[in-house]
Amino acid sequence: MNIYEQALSNRRATWVISSVFVGLFLFIGFGFDYMYGAGFSVPVFTIAALFLGIVSAYSSYEYGDRFILSSTHAQPLDLDDPAQKQWQNVVEEMSIAAGIPLPRIFIIEDQDPNAFATGKDPQHSSLVVTKGLLQSLDRDELQAVAAHEMSHIRNFDIRVMLMLSVLVGAMALISDWARRGIFRGSRRSGSRRQGQGNAALLLLVVWLVTIILAPLLSQLLAMCVSRKREYLADASGAELTRHPLALARALEKIDSRSEPTRSINQGTAHLCIADPKGRSLSAKQGWVADLLATHPPINRRIEALKQMAYVA
Amino acid sequence: MVWILLVAILAAVAWLISSYNSLISLRNLAINGWKQIDVQLKRRHDLIPNLVETVKGAMKFEQNTLTQVIEARNKAIAAQGVAEKAAQENVLTGALRQLFALVENYPDLKSNQNVGKLQEELVSTENRIGFARQFYNDIATKFNTALQVFPANMIAGMFGFKVAELFEITDSAERATPKVDLNIK
Repeated sequence: MNIYEQALSNRRATWVISSVFVGLFLFIGFGFDYMYGAGFSVPVFTIAALFLGIVSAYSSYEYGDRFILSSTHAQPLDLDDPAQKQWQNVVEEMSIAAGIPLPRIFIIEDQDPNAFATGKDPQHSSLVVTKGLLQSLDRDELQAVAAHEMSHIRNFDIRVMLMLSVLVGAMALISDWARRGIFRGSRRSGSRRQGQGNAALLLLVVWLVTIILAPLLSQLLAMCVSRKREYLADASGAELTRHPLALARALEKIDSRSEPTRSINQGTAHLCIADPKGRSLSAKQGWVADLLATHPPINRRIEALKQMAYVA
Repeated sequence: MVWILLVAILAAVAWLISSYNSLISLRNLAINGWKQIDVQLKRRHDLIPNLVETVKGAMKFEQNTLTQVIEARNKAIAAQGVAEKAAQENVLTGALRQLFALVENYPDLKSNQNVGKLQEELVSTENRIGFARQFYNDIATKFNTALQVFPANMIAGMFGFKVAELFEITDSAERATPKVDLNIK
């Protein structure tokens, strides 16, 4: 799959994710109406949930990047600092190579090397880097990292990931509310709804399970979606710099600094170039580790990059 | 029967229009990519006087090299025509490289912050020129492919589209010695 097909499929994926999300909201709202809505003439909870779902999907599309930037305390670059000026130059170079507008560039005061890109499209994108990355990589390696992020921007990965990260958060929140609501009101509804048949009971069980599993499922979805994209961004980043070994070296250096990136929380983890949780997880193998990782094992990525340079 | 003919003609016209338009938009992308290279070359020309001014004091004994850089820059600006421009830009690249090799001999220059900044700017500019050329080549290749595949090549002949030339490396030591004639304007 090349970068243009990927961009197309990412635009579709954005719609699919939004629809699934709004659908889930609807389903949760519907359940509330079923349990508590008997006194109202219209399905209030369903309508409220639908409204909430659409509003949060739209606002995550439109304003999600600002939310993520402020939650990581990203600052604009200080161009008097030679290292930051160099990073600005490197990013400009890569935006020329990728043929996209220059993203807004931010920095995080964090010693652990990491970077991520966000935004809704290449015209409205931001690139964030930690101070640790600028300190520990040389110019070629920085260029490779910038190219990797530029690929995420160019093929609209950032849009999908943006939607996912805000939706995952919203899902956790709403399921939390729902669970509290259920436990507080369960006695009342239990007596009222008694003896309505197996179908209703089944529906109720499915609904409860959905509420409990929704945050977990959306998290797993986000991880799966992000894992797949890393290999492609590595490859098309190398296509921009024509220097896959620089990215391999950069990944090795990032991996060797094992501390977690504290300023990047779990909600934004899948945006980053390397798992911000640190080394422990990226080294593990096996399907459980694979399922729970936002990134493929770093040594497999390095292996793939070395094969591109014919040295593996 | 008439209807079938009419539909066939309509389909042919629609195909003609859409192919023509996609060729035009690709060509404009290629021209824009070409202009990007000029923007970056201009950036380099603007940086050089600053650089020479900064190192002049400490490099009195390298007057020769400095003059060479200035001369190469002025020639590159004055150059007319794509082929000559390309040749002069290459001379300039060589002169700059020599200058930076000499800077290594002057420890106080090497540690000078301004020199470091300018050096970074020039390195970046060299990279930008390289990447702008790479981007141009990628786009021009796409344009050429769209031009040459059947049946679009028939339109190309009809409307006089010409193949865009690519930058080629003629000297393996140079990263990209351009031998360019942009026939697509």
